[in-house]
Amino acid sequence: MIRRTESLLVETVCRILIPLIQLFALYVIVHGHYSPGGGFQGGCILGASFILMVIAYDIRWMKHRFSEKKNTLMVALGVFIYSLIGFICIFLGAEYLNYGIFHRILPVDVAKARSLGILAVETGVGITVMAVMVSIFLNLTTYGKHEKGEV
Amino acid sequence: MEILIGKYNYWIYIGLMMIGFYAMVAKKNLVKKVVGMNIFQTAIILFFISTSYKKNATIPIIIKSQEVIEPIQYINPLPHVLMLTAIVVMVSTFGVALAVIVMLYKQYKTLEEDEIIEILKDKK
Amino acid sequence: MGEHSSILVVVISLIASITNVFIALVRKSLCYPFFVFILGICFLLSMDILYTVINFGTVKYKLGGWMPPWGIEYVVDHLNAFVIAIVATISFVVAIYAKESIKKEIAKPRLPYFYSTYLLLVAGLIGIVITGDIFNLFVFLEIASLAGYALIAIGEKRSVLASFNYIIMGTIGACFYLLGVGYIYIITGSLNIADLTRLLPPLYESKVTLAALAFFVIGVAIKIALFPLHRWLPDSYTFAPSAVSAFASATVTKVGIYVLIRISYTLFEPRFLTEITPLSTILVWWATIAIFFGSTIALGQIDFKRTLSYILVAEVGYIVLGVSLGNKEGFIGAVLHILNDAVMIACLFMIAGGLFYRIGRRNLTDFTGLKKYMPITMTAFLVTSLSMIGVPPTAGFFSKWYLILGAIRAEQWISASALIFSSLVNAIIFFKLLEKVYFSKKEAIPKYNFRELPLSMLTPIVLMGLAVLVLGIYSGKIISTVIEFTVPKGF
Repeated sequence: MIRRTESLLVETVCRILIPLIQLFALYVIVHGHYSPGGGFQGGCILGASFILMVIAYDIRWMKHRFSEKKNTLMVALGVFIYSLIGFICIFLGAEYLNYGIFHRILPVDVAKARSLGILAVETGVGITVMAVMVSIFLNLTTYGKHEKGEV
Repeated sequence: MEILIGKYNYWIYIGLMMIGFYAMVAKKNLVKKVVGMNIFQTAIILFFISTSYKKNATIPIIIKSQEVIEPIQYINPLPHVLMLTAIVVMVSTFGVALAVIVMLYKQYKTLEEDEIIEILKDKK
Repeated sequence: MGEHSSILVVVISLIASITNVFIALVRKSLCYPFFVFILGICFLLSMDILYTVINFGTVKYKLGGWMPPWGIEYVVDHLNAFVIAIVATISFVVAIYAKESIKKEIAKPRLPYFYSTYLLLVAGLIGIVITGDIFNLFVFLEIASLAGYALIAIGEKRSVLASFNYIIMGTIGACFYLLGVGYIYIITGSLNIADLTRLLPPLYESKVTLAALAFFVIGVAIKIALFPLHRWLPDSYTFAPSAVSAFASATVTKVGIYVLIRISYTLFEPRFLTEITPLSTILVWWATIAIFFGSTIALGQIDFKRTLSYILVAEVGYIVLGVSLGNKEGFIGAVLHILNDAVMIACLFMIAGGLFYRIGRRNLTDFTGLKKYMPITMTAFLVTSLSMIGVPPTAGFFSKWYLILGAIRAEQWISASALIFSSLVNAIIFFKLLEKVYFSKKEAIPKYNFRELPLSMLTPIVLMGLAVLVLGIYSGKIISTVIEFTVPKGF
């Protein structure tokens, strides 16, 4: 079980670091197609920031800020973003996930449309991966009991 | 001699893979078996990435100042991308295996394989 | 919608799996209708694909608009469409069966997650069959395997250890497949099956191709539970929930054999397996040993589901034997047996699940005197048992006929005798059970509450029993429309 560490140093440093870690994770997601990075890597770092919250503080402290219901919604949201982009491509007439077809509705050329399409898809992937990482961590460390409220 | 030194990446990946395989087969603790599985999969990922290397080539990120991009200057990025997917698969398998181990611990109160088999024999 | 059905049949199950989790947060009673609705749509799409392939030939779909050697391509020819239709139909029928049977085996708050994981398994299996890219096949193989591990682990008390063994062995199999993909990529530089058919023939003498073939065959052999790599199968399918046993046993092994057929005859030419490497002969002997051992061990089991699992090991031996014999009748027999065996094994596992639903046990002795209490179920059991033994005009007879004909034509006398031995063993097991059901003087165990099964469990069993008869009678038409075009060139 996770007990609250009564150390002021750990708590203050984590309080400062966690938003910076999340900002870095967003940087990694967005720069996926120009430098090392991408959806899965950024999502893992985002998930790690929530796990740091649990380690430095308490599970209840984290759940107060990011509840289990929002976590499940995030899993669904990421997959929906991914499939929505795919289905928009089908409706516009091209194959599934052919982002080049976006040049018909957005004022960009084909190559830039593909680039924007990949960015949107990677965002979806990052959101899902973050939610799944947090969910796996919570389930494994509390023997699955955190859903019943006993931690 | 050339096989031993020139293709050392094959020897390293086979060695790692066999260490992982030995852990999966011979160790009695279930968590050690899962860690062995992880080492097994990591060895395969190492093998794939080692095949993408070219002599005097740099990482596959385009240098902005160049106009003509020659493929011979960059290492092959395709195995890296394939291995990203394989790493995701590895993490998912590890997650499922750990969840199954938690369920096993709740049931049998032990994580050693021979003790679990003893409990199953006594129950019959 | 017609030209996109190849991708939709995979994507709809995947998205529906996550949507089911989302619906469970909003309103729990909508989960099951949504689940059956999605599987019905997948079934209709698979029928549409089969119709298109029969009338217009091979269907190709470029994913993401990228041209084939650089992008992933979905290629559907006759073999593909056939296996997709089987997987989609059986998943739909077992989903109707699962409504009542799963309520007794899983706690109510976890039911939506069961439906989610089932949809994920269906998406993974259809994805394996439909793709034309060997690395994409690995990804879908792992999706299907992970969903399978989770579904098996939620069964009875001993299923968790069985699932753990399955995880360890299944991961080794998938990793060997990945190593095979790696070696092929090193030597050719391409991952597309159609492209590799053109690039590989000059490289047949190289040792790298040989290593790739060895890794592929061993990896797939672990996944299809070919004896002696079958140790995960009996425990997993005995202790899993009934609906999971019925669906997984009918489809997971068959999709693995489909992968073996693709590797042997589409990726590599048939002459690579017969002339350059002795793989055909090795597979014939291996499958013969599998048939012998599977049937023999099945004789000594007490639990009915365990008997069925060992019979499944022998059936996998039949199909691998037919595939590797190297002549036309054997191959037709093997592909026809994929269909027949899927229907028969699913029906038998559903009957075992029905028995477990009523009385909580499923030993062979519990079948005594059941003809009074469960007449309709036992009629379906009679038809399916006759088909397993191989009595005309049920479906099992025709596929066994073609297999024995192929074995005789290839002059493999020991394989032909293995097939006949296995039919005799099936006859022993099933006639013993039928005698207990229909002719036993002893009364059924009176303190159990024997009634007929509820309607939602009875309809799929009756449907499968009828299908066994209908497929037998129409097997000539099935062979001439679909299966004849799947035979590789040169047979």
